[in-house]
Amino acid sequence: MTPTISVSGLTRRYRGQLALDDVTFDIDGPSITGLLGRNGAGKTTLMRIISAQEFASAGSVRVLGSSPVENGAVLRRMVLVREDQTFPRLRVRHLLRAASWFYPNWSSGLAEGLVADFNLPLNRNVGGLSRGMRTALGIVIGLAARAEVTLFDEPYAGLDAVARQLFYDRMLADFTDHPRTMLVSTHLIDEAADLLERVLVIDHGRIVLDAAADDLRGAATTVSGTVDAVEEFAAGRAVWDRRSIGSQESVVVSGVLDDGDRARARQLHLSLTPLSLQQLVSQVPGRSNQDLKEDQSA
Amino acid sequence: MFDEGAPIFSQIAERLSEEIAEGVLAEGERVPSTNELAAYYRINPATAAKGINVLIDGGLLEKRRGIGMFVAAGARERLLETRHQRFTERYVEPLVAEANRLGIDAESLVALVRESSPAGGGVRV
Repeated sequence: MTPTISVSGLTRRYRGQLALDDVTFDIDGPSITGLLGRNGAGKTTLMRIISAQEFASAGSVRVLGSSPVENGAVLRRMVLVREDQTFPRLRVRHLLRAASWFYPNWSSGLAEGLVADFNLPLNRNVGGLSRGMRTALGIVIGLAARAEVTLFDEPYAGLDAVARQLFYDRMLADFTDHPRTMLVSTHLIDEAADLLERVLVIDHGRIVLDAAADDLRGAATTVSGTVDAVEEFAAGRAVWDRRSIGSQESVVVSGVLDDGDRARARQLHLSLTPLSLQQLVSQVPGRSNQDLKEDQSA
Repeated sequence: MFDEGAPIFSQIAERLSEEIAEGVLAEGERVPSTNELAAYYRINPATAAKGINVLIDGGLLEKRRGIGMFVAAGARERLLETRHQRFTERYVEPLVAEANRLGIDAESLVALVRESSPAGGGVRV
């Protein structure tokens, strides 16, 4: 079967600087995939190239089996919502109507519900909307389009925590009823962690981790206690990070811990705290996918 | 809502098992659907489905086409049996190990167990 999104050897250079460096991955069928990484890691460039708003220096992108570049048939089946999206200066109502003509799976019912949820003024001109309202408008279009390929690039500008939760809830609900391929980039990782089925971590233009989100839970643990006890526990394990103060030490060990490990930690009076996805992702750059997988199976 | 240290799907399976063992979900009763679990816990529906599948594979839930997922006959009994099997390693062994460390002898330990009264009622054995 053809993957929904297939990215192969994708490289993008800007004046000698590598924004994307040999990026390769496939996304197959309906899922919510998180594209995680720091600002400037290459998330936006990758999404823009997937949706043909920018071009590759080398490598290829195929969406729904074809190149998306100047391919109206494919572009109608995908939607990209960007951070700080700009819109034509129209009334909100007219903008939504225009979107409904463009996207073949458009749901007016969903759009109306979302407009009410986010309190969007239908008769106001887009130019008069606050930053958060423009973001919400992007979310309305991104979800109501029900496009087979839905890309959200940090749709958070001006949204507070309550509005972001509303976005996650509505996205999850509509995804459940109408499964589709969603790629969501975010640096607010812990907020979105439980929604994700798969995680792609990008750093300096390279994919440094590609894993099932559930496999990453418990993949690394902070172990703290007295230096001697911590060193005894950590011996023979991959240690990612080490800090100490006086007789106390705290290390991050990678690899899933079993019941025997936990019992040993209790005996040594160590405290174990699993890393959250956010913490894990910040530890990953500098380690290859291969290292991480080897550590996990060790 | 979840422990960071374990996959969400296994925690979903664990919670449902717990409810079946406690009798909160009775045999023959419908369990929440994948979509209901996803919405309630705010998790990916595929993750919820994976949790449900653990219980289906274990024969604790049965799928009735078009209606939903139900607690299988004998599920509670089987869960309680598993808990019995794990009782020694989960509770007795650590208890004895700690008693040894503290120098509590067997007789005192038995006495302590007899006197302990979790719900005020003491041990019924």
